Amino acid sequence: MTSSHETPVLELKNVSKTFTIKQGMFGKRKALRAVNEVDLRLNKGEVLGLVGESGCGKSTLARILLGLEKPTEGQVLVDGQDIGTQDRSYLARRIQPIFQDPYSSLNPRKSIGDIISLPLRVHKVGNAREWDKKTTDILDFVGLPQRVLRSFPNQLSGGQRQRVAIARALIMKPEIVICDEPTSALDVSVQSQILNLLVDLRNELGLTYLFISHNLAVIEHLATRVAVMYLGRVVEESAAAPLFAEPRHPYSSALLESVLTPDPFMGVPETHLGAVYPNPIDPPSGCHFHPRCAKAMDICSTIVPPCLREELRRVECHLYAES
Amino acid sequence: MDNILSVRDLRVDIPLAGGTLHAVRGLNFDLARGETLCIVGESGSGKSLTSLAIMGLLPKMAQRRAAKLEFSGIDLSAAKNRQMRRLRGDRISMIFQEPMTSLNPAYTIGDQLTEALLLHRKVGRKAAEARAIELLEKVGITAAASRLGQYPHQLSGGLRQRVMIAMALMAEPDLIIADEPTTALDVTIQAQILRLLVDLQREMNMAMILITHDLGVVARVADKVAIMYAGEVIESGSSKDVFTAPQHPYTRGLLRCIPVPGKTKPGEHLGSIPGIVPSLIGETPGCAFRGRCDVAIDACAHDIPERTGVEGHLYRCVHDNSQTRFSASGEINTASQSEGRP
Repeated sequence: MTSSHETPVLELKNVSKTFTIKQGMFGKRKALRAVNEVDLRLNKGEVLGLVGESGCGKSTLARILLGLEKPTEGQVLVDGQDIGTQDRSYLARRIQPIFQDPYSSLNPRKSIGDIISLPLRVHKVGNAREWDKKTTDILDFVGLPQRVLRSFPNQLSGGQRQRVAIARALIMKPEIVICDEPTSALDVSVQSQILNLLVDLRNELGLTYLFISHNLAVIEHLATRVAVMYLGRVVEESAAAPLFAEPRHPYSSALLESVLTPDPFMGVPETHLGAVYPNPIDPPSGCHFHPRCAKAMDICSTIVPPCLREELRRVECHLYAES
Repeated sequence: MDNILSVRDLRVDIPLAGGTLHAVRGLNFDLARGETLCIVGESGSGKSLTSLAIMGLLPKMAQRRAAKLEFSGIDLSAAKNRQMRRLRGDRISMIFQEPMTSLNPAYTIGDQLTEALLLHRKVGRKAAEARAIELLEKVGITAAASRLGQYPHQLSGGLRQRVMIAMALMAEPDLIIADEPTTALDVTIQAQILRLLVDLQREMNMAMILITHDLGVVARVADKVAIMYAGEVIESGSSKDVFTAPQHPYTRGLLRCIPVPGKTKPGEHLGSIPGIVPSLIGETPGCAFRGRCDVAIDACAHDIPERTGVEGHLYRCVHDNSQTRFSASGEINTASQSEGRP
């Protein structure tokens, strides 16, 4: 694990993102806070796992980190420099995304060779011969046969398409890869191939990953550090091992309990979570999680929990206020 | 126990320009009241077509054949459309994966919930609505009465799936077929919905077929498991037997592919199954898995015997694995070493 004193390669400082939503044609404009006062750092060489339910703001956060979305408040720093002051194409060379759905993230009318070499052409790196060389090299690297160069996305399987997406992300030799649910659309046998590939690539190229997933088993397998998001806030952040051994936020425990391991001697777990995911336009008062929390106290519905920091851990919960 | 559903040699063929696609190739199973059968397989294994074949909802071009397809004394393979329509939504109901696309956006929740009951039973609108409210409450939806006037887009994904479950239960069916009912949902909601399904199924003593690719879901929910590969069941048995002593190389491979917190080492390689599913167009002689199997031999290209393990545990493999126990983590224990195992 990298020490916290080192300059992080990517840092969010008190970042919020608010969208204005119009309800109905003549409805009032309302503010939806998709990301709420998030402090997050991505250190060199680590895999930061980001977990949370759909609608918790994890994909918006990824888009902010990619520079695709401007935060309403706060700062995004790349190597200590504000992301706004940096050149778009320089950022694109350093930070690359891999998206969830390999069916919609590849242009169906371009050949695989064109798709993979596009970043080289956009950034005008080298000449045409070098582009071809780099493209064929990267195909080997991600385990695709050379014959797919002239294929089109619809001729490939889901796993192959995701390898194409990975090849495209890696061809500019980025340092940071933002993986947004990269295996959720894949079958288990293919998922394991892609996860193994991501592990190998990280070891060989020294990549830094932000790995977004709702599958905690996958996060546990890959991440060195984990941030748990709920309704736009990072409610717990910790090195991976202690979080999985002893989650502190009740929401983290609920997520962990919901993981269905293939154990035929256990039934379906009781998560003790209330049914209703709150409306993000009108989030609950105090701690956003209190209506679903099994350990909620009186204070939780009125006062926003403070952020409690320990070495390598951070949690926003009233349960730990005294200790 | 009396079987509510008996299937023998179920086949689904789809004629294509390049030849016939044998999507389901000879399925056998029995299901009793109160039992849950999980059909597991990856995309293209024929698991969803199996459920559509039972319901009689196959696309027009697909051809269904079966030596026996019997639901509580009724021969489904000979049933006319009218008779099937009378069964569907009444005695057999189905829950689909995508609650967004399987609810009609133009009708209220109340209309869609009461439709089956009004159609199949001689009840008035008042009584049907009362039943709808009762079921919505049962599936954990608050303010049930006010939901009846809402449209699907006004509900979240988890709520919509609960509505789908309530809808499937309206007429107290004998058999419920759920095709990936929780795949589109978040993990916490998934656990809640599965729990709900299992509780209601026990309470109403229904038979359930659950189709999924998620081995975690299967292990927690199933009484019986059928693992499908390339249109065939390659291993079946009680959930306990299949998970603690998987016999077919494909089942063992699948179990090694999934990361399990506390068991698989973080950052290390997961098991994987090389290659891809073979094309099912034309005849597929021998074992369809042999091209991806690490213990394949020449005999795999010929007829594969069906082998029997303990208590109805069946698997199709040229290797007689009954003397060898394979644990999920992949190490091979010989029978003498594994005597202490449950």
